[in-house]
Amino acid sequence: MEAIKIQGGDDIPSVILDAENGIFQISGRSMPEDVTAFYDPILEWLEELAEEYSKKIVFEFKLEYFNTASSKLLLDVLMKLEEMHEDDKEVLVKWYFPDDDEDMEEAGEEYADIVDVPIELVSYES
Amino acid sequence: MESNKINKSFLDAVMEFHKTMRDNDISLVYEGEITHSITKAFTSLTEKKMNDDEESGATQRKVFHVMVECLQNISKHAENPSESYSKDGRGIFMVHKTDEVYKITTGNLIAEENVVGLRESLEMLNGMNKDELKALYKQQIREGKLSEKKGAGLGFIDIARKTGSQLDFSFKKVDDNTSFFILTTVIQRKK
Repeated sequence: MEAIKIQGGDDIPSVILDAENGIFQISGRSMPEDVTAFYDPILEWLEELAEEYSKKIVFEFKLEYFNTASSKLLLDVLMKLEEMHEDDKEVLVKWYFPDDDEDMEEAGEEYADIVDVPIELVSYES
Repeated sequence: MESNKINKSFLDAVMEFHKTMRDNDISLVYEGEITHSITKAFTSLTEKKMNDDEESGATQRKVFHVMVECLQNISKHAENPSESYSKDGRGIFMVHKTDEVYKITTGNLIAEENVVGLRESLEMLNGMNKDELKALYKQQIREGKLSEKKGAGLGFIDIARKTGSQLDFSFKKVDDNTSFFILTTVIQRKK
């Protein structure tokens, strides 16, 4: 599987999806002009991963900011991971948040309530 | 030569405008089409200003959140009935700052037929406490589909949650088919 590597910017997150090296990461800011155009290739890539990958998946979110339109697409990403988890794949989501950002922590908790996949909340010094 | 002369009433208007902005602590005002690049420009400008003012991280994040959602509301939902209800994405956007608060104000035209629905939604949100807003957000993110305009129906809920204050809104009738919708969001400055 070819890796996806996107260098983040003011409005798009950095994305590394690299099955060969077992790195799955979305970080930075997410408020792309066209959310579906940005996230669709990521969702398709995860479909493929579900079929071809059998090792443990540790998926890391380290977001500073996302808008409400992105929040819906992030849920779609998590739901793909949920499907893999339900398929008996070993999946762990790590949700990083700055230690002074309650809203980002709460967002992680809410996703954990909504999707059935193990989510670990990890704080870091901002 | 006559054509190069700027008329006096325009000069007065500029001065008056400057005074109005100063008197009302308005630090940013824009009228026109809200595009993605305008949104990026305003958020980064405000962010830089807040950094210079050594605003707390929490306040910066809340202002940023509210600005983006407000600007996107205009770009996705502003309607121009004179052009048979085409979405024109135009509006006015203002940032006020006082010693205690930031206020983000937006104003845009909407079709009269959409006023009742919007008013009801906003009144419903204003009647909800923190937990109810949270439950609604979760329900909406799960069940809501992205609309044609790629709105998730979450913007106002998010604004209400992030600020913890009432959404202050009003509708001014423009003509039989059109109202002007004004929304002001208040964010407390945390020291």
